[in-house]
Amino acid sequence: MPTLKIPTPLRPYTSGESTITLPGETVAEVLEALVERHPELKRHLLGDNGQLRPYVNLFLKEENVNQLQGLETPLTERDTLLIIPSIAGGKEHRRDHAP
Amino acid sequence: MDSFLKINIPGGILEQIHSHCERSYPEEGAGLMLGKEEDDRRAVAYLFILENAREDAARHNRYLITAADMLAGEKEAKRLGLSILGIFHSHPDHPNQPSEFDREYALPWYSYLITSVQGGQVVDSKCWRLRDNRAGFVPEEIILTD
Repeated sequence: MPTLKIPTPLRPYTSGESTITLPGETVAEVLEALVERHPELKRHLLGDNGQLRPYVNLFLKEENVNQLQGLETPLTERDTLLIIPSIAGGKEHRRDHAP
Repeated sequence: MDSFLKINIPGGILEQIHSHCERSYPEEGAGLMLGKEEDDRRAVAYLFILENAREDAARHNRYLITAADMLAGEKEAKRLGLSILGIFHSHPDHPNQPSEFDREYALPWYSYLITSVQGGQVVDSKCWRLRDNRAGFVPEEIILTD
C-alpha cells in the first residue's frame, strides 16, 4: 500500500503518526482513506467544496501532483506521498482567494 | 486547546523579526520560527527568514511561503535538531490581529506571530494559534527570554 507522510502540524490529528500506510491506487483514493481513518483531518485538508485547500501540496517523487495528473495521479504500492504545506496570509484589505 | 498558550522567544530573535518587518515595509515580511516543543513548552531558537514569494503588486498585503520554502525550512530545522514551530509575518499599517485571509489559509498547531508596522516603525507583535475547528485564533502569550 502507498505511504503518506504527515507534516508536524497535522500529526495531532493522526495520533502523532508521521507515516501512514493507506489503501488506494490514486492520490484521491489515498486521501479518502486518510480522512476516513482520521476524520478530524478533513477540515484542515479539504475546503467546503471538497477540494484540497490551497495550502495543501502533495508531492510524489519530488514532484507536485498538480504537475502530474492531480488527484487522479496513479500510485503504486511502493510510492510515498508527502503532504507539504505552503503558508499564506496577510492583512485584511481586499477580498480575494488567491493564496 | 486552552487559553493559556505560551511561546518563549529570546529578545534578540524578536528584534530580528522586527528588523526584518521594518526592512520589508511597506511590503509584508515573513519567515519561519524554528525551535523546540517539549511537554507543551514551546521555545523559538532560530529564524529562517524568507523572501515574500507573492508577486510584486500583492506584497503590500499578502505573503506567501511556498512548499519549496517549507521543505528548505524543514531541512534546516532538521540540521539544527529543531522543528518549524510557526510563522511570523508583518501587517504594514494595520493591527497585529489575524485577518480573515490569515484564518482561511492557516494551519493548526503552528504559532502565527503577527507584527504591526505603522509608517515603517514596528508597533508591537502578537502571537496566535488557529482553533481546532478553524473558527478563529487563540492568543498565545509571548514570553521574552534572554
